[in-house]
Amino acid sequence: MSAVLPPHGAVGGHDGHAHDDHHDHHAPTGWRRWVFATNHKDIGTLYLLFSFTMLMIGGILALCIRAELFKPGLQFFNPELFNQFTTMHGLIMVFGAIMPAFVGFANWMIPLQIGASDMAFARMNNFSFWLLIPAAIMLVASFFMPGGAPAAGWTLYAPLTLQMGPSMDAGIFAMHIMGASSIMGSINIIVTILNMRAPGMTLMKMPMFAWTWLITAYLLIAVMPVLAGAITMTLTDRHFGTAFFNPAGGGDPVMYQHIFWFFGHPEVYIMILPAFGIVSQIVPAFARKRLFGYASMVYATASIAILSFIVWAHHMFATGMPVTGQLFFMYATMLIAVPTGVKIFNWLATMWRGSMTFETPMLWAVGFIFVFTMGGFTGLICAMAPIDIQIQDTYYVVAHFHYVLVAGSLYALFAGVYYWGPKWTGVMYSETRGKIHFWGSLIFFNVTFFPMHFLGLAGMPRRYADYPMQFTDFNQIASIGAFGFGLMQVYFFLFVVVPMMRGKGEKAPQKPWEAAEGLEWEVPSPAPFHTFEEPPKLDASATRIVG
Amino acid sequence: MTMMNARVQSASRAWGRWAAAAMALAAGPALAVNDLKGGPGVNQLNLHEPVTNIARDQMWLHNFMLIICLAIFIAVFGVMFYSIFKHRKSKGAVSANFHESVGVEIAWTVVPFLIVIGMALPATKVVVAMKDTTNADVTIKATGYQWKWGYDYLKGEGEGIGFLATLDTEQREQSNSGNPTPVDNYLLKVDNPLVVPVDKKVRIITTANDVIHAWMVPAFGVKQDAIPGFVRDTWFKAEKIGDYYGQCAELCGKEHAYMPIHVKVVSAEDYTKWVEVKQKEMAAKADDPSKVWEQAALIARGEKVYAANCAVCHKADGSGAGPIKALDKSPVVLAENHLEQIQVVLNGRMDKGMPAWKQLSDTDIAAVATYTKNSWSNKTGQTVQPAEVVAARK
Repeated sequence: MSAVLPPHGAVGGHDGHAHDDHHDHHAPTGWRRWVFATNHKDIGTLYLLFSFTMLMIGGILALCIRAELFKPGLQFFNPELFNQFTTMHGLIMVFGAIMPAFVGFANWMIPLQIGASDMAFARMNNFSFWLLIPAAIMLVASFFMPGGAPAAGWTLYAPLTLQMGPSMDAGIFAMHIMGASSIMGSINIIVTILNMRAPGMTLMKMPMFAWTWLITAYLLIAVMPVLAGAITMTLTDRHFGTAFFNPAGGGDPVMYQHIFWFFGHPEVYIMILPAFGIVSQIVPAFARKRLFGYASMVYATASIAILSFIVWAHHMFATGMPVTGQLFFMYATMLIAVPTGVKIFNWLATMWRGSMTFETPMLWAVGFIFVFTMGGFTGLICAMAPIDIQIQDTYYVVAHFHYVLVAGSLYALFAGVYYWGPKWTGVMYSETRGKIHFWGSLIFFNVTFFPMHFLGLAGMPRRYADYPMQFTDFNQIASIGAFGFGLMQVYFFLFVVVPMMRGKGEKAPQKPWEAAEGLEWEVPSPAPFHTFEEPPKLDASATRIVG
Repeated sequence: MTMMNARVQSASRAWGRWAAAAMALAAGPALAVNDLKGGPGVNQLNLHEPVTNIARDQMWLHNFMLIICLAIFIAVFGVMFYSIFKHRKSKGAVSANFHESVGVEIAWTVVPFLIVIGMALPATKVVVAMKDTTNADVTIKATGYQWKWGYDYLKGEGEGIGFLATLDTEQREQSNSGNPTPVDNYLLKVDNPLVVPVDKKVRIITTANDVIHAWMVPAFGVKQDAIPGFVRDTWFKAEKIGDYYGQCAELCGKEHAYMPIHVKVVSAEDYTKWVEVKQKEMAAKADDPSKVWEQAALIARGEKVYAANCAVCHKADGSGAGPIKALDKSPVVLAENHLEQIQVVLNGRMDKGMPAWKQLSDTDIAAVATYTKNSWSNKTGQTVQPAEVVAARK
C-alpha cells in the first residue's frame, strides 16, 4: 500500500506488498496512525504536509506584501499591518516551511538511505513533529491578538521588540517550541546516522543527503539554544525588568544582533546544506555518472558549516563596527565562496561527459545550480563591506536571500519531491505537469526577484509599505511575478501532489531512475511501512543489497 | 513619455528608461515622474551618481565585482550549458567513468581563493577610508526619533543650531489616500532639510531616542545605524552643490517608510548666511518655559504642533483610526487634571503605539495639549501652561 495513505485505504491501481502485510495488525489506523505515529515514513509525510501548509500561509502573506507594493500609496493595508506581514512571512517561511520540510525529507530518506529500520528515537520523533502544531497555531493566531502579530521583522531586533504587544510573547514562545522540536529532530538524525547504518555503510560511503544532514544537525544543536537565549532575554526585558538589550536600563541593542546572527548565519546554512545534499543525489542520477569528488563534497560541506560560525557580523556592517571588525568579517565571509565554489564545480564535473536526461528532478537541480549561483554572486557582492554600506537593508538584500532561499532551498525541495515522490507514493507524477511547474516557477521567480536588485542598488529600503514614485515599475514587475509564482505552487499542489497522494498515475517501478544509486531504490515503490527490519547485506559500494 | 525628458546621467539610466518603455507597454501608461536629482532615478539600475570619494569608490568596487562575477558566470555556465547540450543521452552521449581528481580539486580551491584575495584588497582600502572620521570641519548629531530626524550641530560653523526634520504632512496624507499624485520627491520632502557646506568634511554622529534607525544618503555612500543609548559616527565630503536624499534604513516601527533624509549641500558663503539666519531664528524661538501664555496664542501654536506631529496618526479631526485612540471626546484629554495627558505625551504609551514626545519643547507640549482640549467637540476651556510640563518632566 501507499505509505502516504491509510494502510487500508483504497489506493487505485496497485496492490499492497506481501512483504509488510503481516505488520498491518500492529499499525494503528485512522487518526491514531498519525497522532501516535512512530513510523519514520508517516512522520516524514506529516512534516512535509505541515511545511507545505505553512508555505501556503507564508506565501499568502508574501502576496499581501506584493499587492500593497504594486503601486505607491497605501491601498490595502496600514503600515503597521504591513510590518506584521513582512515579519510573519519571514518567520513562517523560515521556521514553518523550509526547516520542517528538510526534517520531513530526513525522516523519510535517511533510514532508507543508510539501511536503518527507523529513526533512533521513534517516540521523540513523534513528539518533535507534534510540537510544531501548537507552535504554528500560536504563531499564526498572533494576528488575532490585541495589537496584531509581531511587527519587528523576522530578526526581532531589540529595542523594537520591547514595544510590541502581547503577540510578541506568543511569537517567542512559539519559537522556543519550534527550537525544541528542531533540537530533538537533530538529536534523532545524528543518533540514527551514527548508530544505525547497515553493516558496510561506512561514513565515507554514505549518500550525500545523509552527510549534509549529519552536518546540519550538529549546526542546529549548536545554534538553536543561542536563538532561545536571545529571545528569552528579550522576554525578560519585556516583562521582568531586565535590561539586556534595553538601552534605557543600560542594555545594548547591538548585543542582541550579535547573538541573533550568531544563530542566524548558521541558520541560513541549515536551510541550504540539506539542499546541497538533495542536488548531489539527483545530478549523478540523471547524468548517469558517479558524483565527482565525493570526499571533497563532504569536506566542503563541513568547511561551510565551520565557517558559518565566524561570519555573523557581516549582517551588521551598518551598525558601525570598528575597522578591524569590518575587515575580519568581510574576509571570513568572502572565504565561504571557496568551498561553495567547490560544490558548484563538482556538480558541473559530474555533469561533464555524462549521459544526461532532463526529467523534472534534474530540471529543478540544474535550475537550482543556475539560480543559486546567482544568489552566490550577489552574496559575494554583499560581503564586500564598502558595497554593503550601500545595499544593506535595501531590496538588494531581499533579492539576494530570496535567490538563495527560494531558488536554493525551495528548488532543491521540489527537486527532491519529484525525485523521491514515486518512492513515497508508489506512483509517477506527470512529467508534463512537472515541467510546467518548473518552467513557470523559474520564470516567475526571476520576474519577481531580479528587478529587486535594481531597486536595492537605487536605494529602496526593505520593509517599506510605500516608496518613492521612481521605484514603481520594478515593483509592479515584481508583484506580477510574485502572483505568478504563487499560482505555480497552487498548481503544483493540485496537479502534482494531490494526484500522487491519491495514487492516481502510472505505477512507479522500484527504481524509476535509470542510474539512481542508493538503498532507497532497493525497496519497492511505494516503500513498505517497514523496511530494513533485518540489517541488509551491502555490496562494496554500499549502494546495493546483495544476497 | 514624460520620463524621456529626464537628463541622461549614465548609460544605466538610459537602459532604465528602455526597461520602463518596455514596462509601459505591459503595465499601461507610465507615471509622469522624472529622475530626482540627488535621489532615485526612474527605474535606476545601478548605484546613485556618486558625489563623494567614498561613493565613487563603492561604485568602482561594485562595477569591478560585477565584471569579475560576470566573467565567472560566463565561464562556469558556459561549461554547464555546453555540457547540457552536448552530453545528453538523446544525442547518444555515453557517460565517462571519471569521478575524482585531486589535481583538479586543488586547482578549483586555490584559484577561487586567489580571486577572493584579489577582490578583498581594493575593498580593504575603502573600508579603512570609510571609517576615518577624524579632522571633521563640521560635526552634526543625527538623532532618530519615531518617526523623524533631529539634527544638532555640535562643532564647527553653525554650532548650537538644532532642529527636527519631518516628512511633509501632505505627502504622508497622500500616501494614506492610496492614490498619491505623482511628484518627483514623493516621500522624500522634509520640512527642515539638513544644510551642510560643500567640500567640507562633515562628521555625522548618530544616535536614537527610542529604537534603532539608520541614516543613509546613497549619493554620499553613507549608511549608519542610529542606536539608542549609543553613538556611532560616519562622514562625508560632498563635492557638488545640490539636494541629496535618503530614507531611514532600519525597521523602526509603523512609520518606518516615512522619515526621509534631505541634505542640502550649499556653497561656503550660502552656508554662512544660512547659519546666521538660523541662529537668529533659534534665538527668537527660544521660549521661556516660565512664561504664562494666553489661551488663544497657545491654541494657535498647538494647532501647528498638532499638524506636524500628531495628525499623522490621530488625524486632523482627532478621530484616531483603528487601534489609535481618538482624542476627540477622550477622557484623558477632557480631564480636569492635566497631568495624565502630559505624561502620555512626554513618555508615550508604546503598548498602544504612541511614541514619546519628550524631544518637543515644554511650550510646544503645553500648546498641543491646550489645542486638543479646545478643539473639535472638546470644549473644556482649560489651558495647559508650559510650567506644568516642566513640573511633569521632573
